[in-house]
Amino acid sequence: MSAVPAIRVEGLQKSFGANHVLRGIDFRVDVGEVVCVIGPSGSGKSTLLRCVNRLEEADDGSILIEGEDIRDPDADVDLLRSRIGMVFQSFNLFPHLSVLRNLTIAQRRVRRRGRDEADRVARENLARVGLAEKADAYPAHLSGGQQQRVAIARALSMEPDMMLFDEPTSALDPELVGEVLAVMRDLARDGMTMMIVTHEMGFAREVADRVVFMDGGVVVEEGPPDRVLGDPAHERTRRFLQMVR
Amino acid sequence: MTRRQRQRLLRGALYASAVLVVLALVAVADWELLRRNFLDVDIAAEMFPDVLLVAARNTILYTALAFTFGLALGLVLALMRLSSIAPYRWFATAYIEVFRGLPALLTIFLVGFGIPIAFQTRWPVLAQITLGLGIVAAAYMAETIRAGIEAVPRGQMEAARSLGMSRGRAMASIVIPQGFRIIVPPLTNELVLLIKDTSLLFVLGTTPATKELTKFGRDVLTSRANATPLIVVGAVYLLITIPLTQVVAVLERRNARSR
Repeated sequence: MSAVPAIRVEGLQKSFGANHVLRGIDFRVDVGEVVCVIGPSGSGKSTLLRCVNRLEEADDGSILIEGEDIRDPDADVDLLRSRIGMVFQSFNLFPHLSVLRNLTIAQRRVRRRGRDEADRVARENLARVGLAEKADAYPAHLSGGQQQRVAIARALSMEPDMMLFDEPTSALDPELVGEVLAVMRDLARDGMTMMIVTHEMGFAREVADRVVFMDGGVVVEEGPPDRVLGDPAHERTRRFLQMVR
Repeated sequence: MTRRQRQRLLRGALYASAVLVVLALVAVADWELLRRNFLDVDIAAEMFPDVLLVAARNTILYTALAFTFGLALGLVLALMRLSSIAPYRWFATAYIEVFRGLPALLTIFLVGFGIPIAFQTRWPVLAQITLGLGIVAAAYMAETIRAGIEAVPRGQMEAARSLGMSRGRAMASIVIPQGFRIIVPPLTNELVLLIKDTSLLFVLGTTPATKELTKFGRDVLTSRANATPLIVVGAVYLLITIPLTQVVAVLERRNARSR
């Protein structure tokens, strides 16, 4: 395991107008680690995740991706982002492209892979999420759970060093949540570095190496899932866990 | 009488009076004179095949050139309007306001007179036509294209960027193709408007070989002192526009099925 963390955030500040969303966040994810970020809505957890690959511009603080400062004006943000897979709450598949093209377009345009190699990688990753037979379908013809699995396969096709998940199951019907979590569980088992913003406490307890609880734009506490979820040190954490249960 | 019965009676009376008015007009009109002035078969026959091989062909050619140029310039203007660089936005806004506000005829005039003076040379007539009509079309299409791009959900750009695409690459591969699908109906509308606007090109001066439909019809009208040519070119316009809109409607239905 490398000594340089996959993600290292220090003193992160972010406001939307008068709304001070992140109030000095220190946060890290080590290589091969699975970190689940939990907390009430409005706690800033999604904003933190979106700052990590600079979909949101932080106001202050540093964000190091494998030691490289993604906020550096000279940083090659596109290159850094291509090493960070991202999965969105609302899937965001490209509706005008077939499933296969969804998985190959960035490989070809960003990674400059040839068609054959891109197709091969795409089909491998579709098989990995259990959707090999859907290569020629269009996103609109898939269920929500299938769309989210395709979105995961799309991110994996770039062969990223780490994956960010922004509430990946929140937009799904309850009966479709399981298939997406199963794919994520496999990924974690394969050693993928993962940062997951989620409301699935059972999943966090089972899969996470570490759970981070955020509230009001700060990290309230963090630690092994059994301790943070089973025996939280802070009153705010306890209250939140009672509410979601 | 119930309320319903009263309504039915009133509606019946309205229909009856409308039919009577139409019948009266038809009875009073001088059909023989109308036929001689608007449906003279000999004059109509004389117009063929040139009305199709020259005039209709030119109308379609001019429309295609102006549409292509207008679409390209319109896309550039739409992207400028959406740019984060303020002077680009100002320029695009000013362009759109000016050329949407001026009558197309005036713009075509300005191009026709302006270019020879500015460059001390006459440009080929096709270039003048493309520029004159295209400048106006671009102003309208820019707003349509901008609306299409803005209608694509923000998550599409974010997903593309998260895969490492640059902003321009994401626009070209992901956002613009989806935006264009959304604006097929209004773009068709603008294409039909453009077909009809080619009738303004006579102000650039024409030769027998460069006449479009309306000019062609008007010239026959003048030489024969008869309005039949207007009916003929009118029919040819519809022959172009109606199949076009039908084809687009079919494409659109197929498009809707794939998503």
